[in-house]
Amino acid sequence: MEIKPAGKYIYSDIELDREEGQVIEDLKANSQEPIPDPDRWLDEKLEQNILLTTVDALINWGRRSSLWTAICFPACCAFEMIAANGPRFDLARFGMEILRASPRQADLMITAGTLTWKMAPNVRRIYNQMAEPKWVIAMGACAISGGIFASAEYAVVPGYNRIIPVDVYVPGCPPRPEALIYGIQMLQQKIARRKNIDVRKLLER
Amino acid sequence: MTIPLSGKDVASKIEEKFPGSVVESSQDNLVVKGNFLLDAARFLRDTEGLDLDFLNFVTAVDYYDHFEVVYWLSSLEHNHSLTIKARCYDRENPVLPSVVGLWQGADLQEREIFDLFGIKFEDHPNMKRIFLWEGFAGHPLRKDFI
Repeated sequence: MEIKPAGKYIYSDIELDREEGQVIEDLKANSQEPIPDPDRWLDEKLEQNILLTTVDALINWGRRSSLWTAICFPACCAFEMIAANGPRFDLARFGMEILRASPRQADLMITAGTLTWKMAPNVRRIYNQMAEPKWVIAMGACAISGGIFASAEYAVVPGYNRIIPVDVYVPGCPPRPEALIYGIQMLQQKIARRKNIDVRKLLER
Repeated sequence: MTIPLSGKDVASKIEEKFPGSVVESSQDNLVVKGNFLLDAARFLRDTEGLDLDFLNFVTAVDYYDHFEVVYWLSSLEHNHSLTIKARCYDRENPVLPSVVGLWQGADLQEREIFDLFGIKFEDHPNMKRIFLWEGFAGHPLRKDFI
């Protein structure tokens, strides 16, 4: 049987070199300008995530969204307050799920209950110990006016506003948790309109 | 339920031991004289068959011309109860003996009565106001307070 000579390559050696040369020439021709760094996505992200706003709006947003409550629950309204904190009404949705045992870590005092004159100095001390800025919600009839105990004025404070400034009054005996939550939302609206920085004073300095 | 003892029966027993101590008695309760109160109370607590070893509560009533202090006693062993009362007619400085030595539970309640009615309990270890502050004028549960 005759052995065939090795078949001709589809390209000769020189053709292989030319092919290679062409690839290099093409690449060189296409690579005259530097490719831009792939950081365009940065600009897009920035556009999506940066909002321009005022300092007041930012500070008020932070403050009203994390109202922490000081423990001041002298009487029965406390149970509606506890229910509002529980899973059914879930006060945590509004950023105030934490009840602080220390007034120094609290912004909000919800005065849930009847206050006697004997207890009044202690409540006032708790209020004084809270760090600024601080707010007070008078919860229930007793906190607003002394409620059903108003006639026993020898022993009962006729309203918390005799000893501490009150921002929001929530009526009821006791108020439903919905009412308390509505009161807190009213307080949030109040905080949102607060002026924190006096621009004129800043410019004078 | 505890079985209420007959005030009349118990009154005759007390009268036997301390003549002249019982003012009046009925089916429900008995009234003893103030100066015999401590003796009668100790008798009720320690006598075999009565054993009124638990003081449920002490309270007071203002009847304008006198105060009445009410002691509700019961026996944990025999499951029966009895109400005894003592009166004091002195409105300016009403005084009764304290039963804290017999029933420790009377401590805070006698202070409460002192606070709200102004009745002093002699030999009480800590006879001062409990709900109202020191320096408060008057005793609010008296009928003539306001």
